[in-house]
Amino acid sequence: MSPSGAELLRQVKSQIEEVDPALVSEHLGTDNGMVVVDVRETDEFGVAHIPGAKHVPKSYLETRIETAAPDKDAWVVLYCASGNRSAWAARTLTEDLDYKRVASMTGGIALWKDRGYEIATPRALTAEQRDRYSRHLLMEEVGVEGQLKLLDARVLLLGAGGLGAPTALYLAAAGIGTLGIVDNDVVDLSNLQRQVIHTQDRVGEPKVDSAEATIANLNSDVNVIKYPVRIDASNIMEIIEGYDVIVDGLDNFPTRYLLNDASVRTKIPVVSASILGFDGQLSVFAPYEGPCYRCLYPTPPPAELAPSCGANGVLGVLPGTMGLLQATEVVKLILGEGEPLIGRLLLYEALGATFTELKVRRDPDCPICSRDPESITDDEMGVFPDYEAFCAAAG
Amino acid sequence: MATVKIPPVLRASVGGEKEVAAEGASVGEVLNALATAHPQTQTQLFSAEGELNRYVNVYLNDEDVRVLDGLQTTVGAGDTLVILPAMAGGSR
Repeated sequence: MSPSGAELLRQVKSQIEEVDPALVSEHLGTDNGMVVVDVRETDEFGVAHIPGAKHVPKSYLETRIETAAPDKDAWVVLYCASGNRSAWAARTLTEDLDYKRVASMTGGIALWKDRGYEIATPRALTAEQRDRYSRHLLMEEVGVEGQLKLLDARVLLLGAGGLGAPTALYLAAAGIGTLGIVDNDVVDLSNLQRQVIHTQDRVGEPKVDSAEATIANLNSDVNVIKYPVRIDASNIMEIIEGYDVIVDGLDNFPTRYLLNDASVRTKIPVVSASILGFDGQLSVFAPYEGPCYRCLYPTPPPAELAPSCGANGVLGVLPGTMGLLQATEVVKLILGEGEPLIGRLLLYEALGATFTELKVRRDPDCPICSRDPESITDDEMGVFPDYEAFCAAAG
Repeated sequence: MATVKIPPVLRASVGGEKEVAAEGASVGEVLNALATAHPQTQTQLFSAEGELNRYVNVYLNDEDVRVLDGLQTTVGAGDTLVILPAMAGGSR
């Protein structure tokens, strides 16, 4: 006759090592290599767990334990609610996965709490957020932890125009908790061909107000901070302070250089794109990790080689394409996933449907990022060779 | 012949083409051949002293020629040169 479940559990417990919560508590947070793993379900872990515990649900034990405990000789302590599920899991690790020193904590987190030991109660998503972000939560690269990072993130958009409009929409949909938007323009009918965050009934309204209204309808998790100003040397340091990532969709060179210098000083990464006609460029400038904008473009071209979209036209879909590539890079930076476009410049040519990737090197003689950020002064920010002639020619 | 990719702002100077073929064994020779065939590109690419303008980046395949041997960098028949001036369009 096969044994009952209770009998089998007794057998399992007799085959594994069990440790008392007192011993785990004594070693917690010390530098002895003990790995504590919570094998309960995600919602149980979310309510409360032992501080510093890794989370590997028992149902995913075999496939995920090596991420949490890569060293099979390490001291691995498993726990669950009362010490039963962790006993099964301990046997699996010992017998099937060849872990050498596994123990199950007696009495689980219930006994741990009864004894008055410290517990962590992480923030959890609300039921509505679990539903809203369910497609993110299903992804290993995002999950609850990643979604909380997005909700905690502060992203500044320079411009709510061609590039900023689609970027803002998708970042808001993704649940970026704080979106700063800098734009001093008003919505014009000619914007609507590409600036999809604005609507016909808002022509004449400030773009920051229009963007805020659209975002409020899309996702109430997002707090919009409006800056209805033109960014310049007098306000840039104050505006960008405290943001995690800056999205650059600026329309002119002097401000791009100014932004570069300010972002290097504050070490804030910039996801930068530009567009013209059927062509787009994209790169991520992460100060001191990769090149800066000045490493790529030490000086701007003369005015005749630097036309604007206003003068030369742009395919309406193109800023959407480039803006969403920017949004993708922003999300990757916040999650810390994938290979960000640092030190690489991506060129997109829409008519031929071709992508070209170029290497961008840090310039060891870069006038800005080869220096300590503290040494960069207000006076030199945004200045470049022939600055005055450039600005005079640009009118 | 190497292939030279022409950026949007220079296309008018080469009859609207996105790519042109040009002869030359080095980056300098290829760009000079381009400037000879399309004289309007001469001042856009080169300074009066014959140096590459600092606001123009040139890549041999995916590498900036300034980290290679500059205008002396050897170019093979199957290579692609990318000419890239900065672009700033975006917001408005």
